[in-house]
Amino acid sequence: MGTLNMLVFVCLVYVAFLFLVAFAAERAAMQGKGGWLRSPIVYTLSLSIYCTAWTFYGAVGYAARSGLEYLTIYIGPSLVMVGWWWVLRKLVRIGRTQRVTSIADLISSRYGKSNLLAVGVTVLAVIGTTPYIALQLQSVTVSFAVFSDAYDASVPLGEQESNALLVAAGLALFTIIFGTRNLDVNERHHGVVMAIAVEAVVKLFALLAVGVFVVWGIGGGVGDILQRIDASKIGTWQIEGDRWATLIFLSAAAFLCLPRMFQVLVVENDSEDHLRTASWAFPAYLMVMSLFVVPIAVVGLDLLPAGSNPDFFVLTVPLATGNNGLAMLSFLGGFSSATSMVIVAALALSTMVSNHIVMPIWLNSNFGGATVSGDVRHVVLLSRRISIGAVVTLGYLYYRMSGGGTALASIGLISFAGVAQFLPVLIGGIFWRGATRLGAFAGLTVGFLIWAYALLLPSFGTGTLVSEALLAQGPLGIGWLRPQAFFGITGMDPLVHAIFWSTLLNALAFFLVSLGGFPSPVERLQGAQFVNVFEHSGTPQGWSGDLVQSEDLMIMAQRILGAREAQGLFEREAKRQGMGGVLPEPSPDFLQVLERELSGSVGVATAHAMVEQIVGGASVSVEDLMAVADETAQIMEHSSQLQAKSTELSRTARQLRQANDKLTQISAQKDAFLSQVSHELRTPMTSIRAFSEILRDTDRLSAAEQTKYSTIIHDEALRLTRLLDDLLDLSVLESGQVSLNMQSGKLDDLLDHAIATALTGSGQDSLRIRRTRGQEQALLRTDLDRLSQVFINLIGNAQKYCDAETPELRIEVSQSNGQMTVDFIDNGQGISKKDQAVIFEKFARAGVQRASGAGLGLAICREIMTRLGGTVSYLPGQGGAAFRVVLAGQGQLAAQ
Amino acid sequence: MSERPKHLFLERQSYRRRRLIDLIRMCPVIGGILWAVPLLWRTDGAEQISTSDAVVYVFLVWLGLVLMSAFLARALRDGGDADGGGS
Repeated sequence: MGTLNMLVFVCLVYVAFLFLVAFAAERAAMQGKGGWLRSPIVYTLSLSIYCTAWTFYGAVGYAARSGLEYLTIYIGPSLVMVGWWWVLRKLVRIGRTQRVTSIADLISSRYGKSNLLAVGVTVLAVIGTTPYIALQLQSVTVSFAVFSDAYDASVPLGEQESNALLVAAGLALFTIIFGTRNLDVNERHHGVVMAIAVEAVVKLFALLAVGVFVVWGIGGGVGDILQRIDASKIGTWQIEGDRWATLIFLSAAAFLCLPRMFQVLVVENDSEDHLRTASWAFPAYLMVMSLFVVPIAVVGLDLLPAGSNPDFFVLTVPLATGNNGLAMLSFLGGFSSATSMVIVAALALSTMVSNHIVMPIWLNSNFGGATVSGDVRHVVLLSRRISIGAVVTLGYLYYRMSGGGTALASIGLISFAGVAQFLPVLIGGIFWRGATRLGAFAGLTVGFLIWAYALLLPSFGTGTLVSEALLAQGPLGIGWLRPQAFFGITGMDPLVHAIFWSTLLNALAFFLVSLGGFPSPVERLQGAQFVNVFEHSGTPQGWSGDLVQSEDLMIMAQRILGAREAQGLFEREAKRQGMGGVLPEPSPDFLQVLERELSGSVGVATAHAMVEQIVGGASVSVEDLMAVADETAQIMEHSSQLQAKSTELSRTARQLRQANDKLTQISAQKDAFLSQVSHELRTPMTSIRAFSEILRDTDRLSAAEQTKYSTIIHDEALRLTRLLDDLLDLSVLESGQVSLNMQSGKLDDLLDHAIATALTGSGQDSLRIRRTRGQEQALLRTDLDRLSQVFINLIGNAQKYCDAETPELRIEVSQSNGQMTVDFIDNGQGISKKDQAVIFEKFARAGVQRASGAGLGLAICREIMTRLGGTVSYLPGQGGAAFRVVLAGQGQLAAQ
Repeated sequence: MSERPKHLFLERQSYRRRRLIDLIRMCPVIGGILWAVPLLWRTDGAEQISTSDAVVYVFLVWLGLVLMSAFLARALRDGGDADGGGS
């Protein structure tokens, strides 16, 4: 009995020490000296609440029963931590930007701040965690009993029960003192975190001490222990693949979804940098924690009589070998594991219960209107304290009712499988924008029903809650609904079966219902914010605060945040807005900040509701905003359609205007043309009329005179005819009705003919032609008559207009790239720059009227060349007038 | 951030950082594959794996993962704290 008293004494001293540590940490944090409180090491150690008494005691028992299968429980979290960049980084960022207070808060916030969903998650979390808390209480109680059994077998069972009650009360007290000291969860519980960090060191040290003792104290070193392992009943690998894989998945999922893990991973996280360190340090911690489990189990199996409970080998092995000090240390390790888990679990659950169940009910029943009566802050703290008490009491009651005894590990796994049902909703929520509230409801419901039906209820033992007949034949004899053989697939391990079907159908229901539904505006907003948390970390909530009284907000904030904190916040915000005094303008920005601050205390959904109440009628709900946005989007779409149409219209108008311009231009050209033509026609007509009148009216004309006058009339008539021919020619060419007479011929023949024709009737000396016959041997396929017409015209022009002393025309032929160029270059003074622009226009004549042309020649040339698929252009800079005729490739010509 | 003009190519340092993050992302995959190896082990018959060998294998994988993660975490810190973008 003396040892037991000693044990109690040590326990009390240890607990006092923890109180001291927590208290010191709180003080340091409050005085702003707590830099070391926020180190990555403390964060990593705080994660070790994953290793509960289940790990400390249960892992050895697990190993003694099933060999290395216990490792899966640590491998899963190790993988999650090593893969921090995938999920944890995002979760932590979301938790920080959205001021998330718990996993229920996160899920409710993601799915449109739905409080109903939060209530559901909270209830499920409580159901999943209560057995686990009971498990911790049981382990502490039994470890007491183990000590008393070893030294005083006469301890009555009643004392064990009172032990459990004492432990429960002590833990609740600790949690209440350090867990509800401050309201804003985002200020973090430095005291609690520090205490569990210390406990993490204690339990690691204790387990290592026992492990070292077993390997080097009892065994003969590593080699000997390895031999003992192979010689024991767990000496060979006997783990079924399905269990190995499923349990790794399960522990990874539970690591993310357990409320207490979420609390330390996300809520208590001070900086994302800590995650980087924890990504390797925590797997290392787990590795060391599980290193000596098998040796202890094997030595325990060897050393202790058959039938002793392997769950407590960690205690009984040192006790059996008489190492009381080591046993005491080991006990403290187990005690640490149990207490740290209960403290954080109670803290996490109480936050959820208080924020999502108690507070909404209280607010609904007490809020008359915009002004808050009573100290809400006090109410929140009270509700949280009561919740802590309730959670721990629930655990205690479960322990009393279950009576203990079940192997620790199996309760742990059932609890894991329960909370793992959050996984699809959680992961879907942060990676898939299409996930909806209804989908989340559906998934969670399906998952939990299957979990309860296939795993939880049968776990109480056949014949208690689930009858033998139900297990064997299914409900109402429906075979494919048998709890451990869905769809008639028998032979699966019951645990694997339950996890497989619950997770699969959960995810499926979540996915399908999400696909089918249409999320509300808030859901869509939150979805975008969660999934794209790295792109933008602001929250568009859209308060229109014009009519809100800052004072009302101040009153409310003071009651929730505390007077000093609230005033500080308001003052800070006022300063940020560039105003003196304490009250800032109730701008939407400010309301957002305020809501976020409040959400740290009472949860996102409640904070939203409270601000909404104060802001009252002046609030613009997100729905309104979205409706407006929808309308705006429609209007924008409409206007963009209009804009498209108007663009089209203006394009058409522009085209019309262009067409009109062209028509006007053509009309002007036609007028000019007509006046030109009439002018050209009138000059010869005037001569003809004048001379014919002379011939008619003058009687005494000599024969010579008569001849002279009639010659003039004849010449003028010829000129008229030529003009009319030209006009006709041009009009035929321009209208495109000309038919080409394709022939083959040689270029030099064509040029010979053109020169002969052009120079007919004038002295051969009037123009000297210089040719390079070598180049002219090309064969042409084109309308030779028309081409010759162009050449004749160009040569004739040179003859007519070249003003050199000894006129000379060079004809140069060259071929390149399938096109042939014929240049006509004379040695005159050329055509002035001004005239170059117009010489190809009708009736344009360069310079002085020296010759009798009508000015249509070059216009006709151009038209002909266009028809022939070539060009004729003026070639400046050749020392005289120069024209270049380009004939397109012969292939192209042949194709015409 | 989304308004930042997207560059086609990154400068060398950013490029290294991205690849480092790729490696960090691969860590759990590598670990998962290595730890899935026991699925191939026989659970009956004469060629059963002894538990001591299994222990050594599992813990070696563990140690390797821890060391690799530690190395990568350090490299990531030394590479500056610029955000590597969404995950």
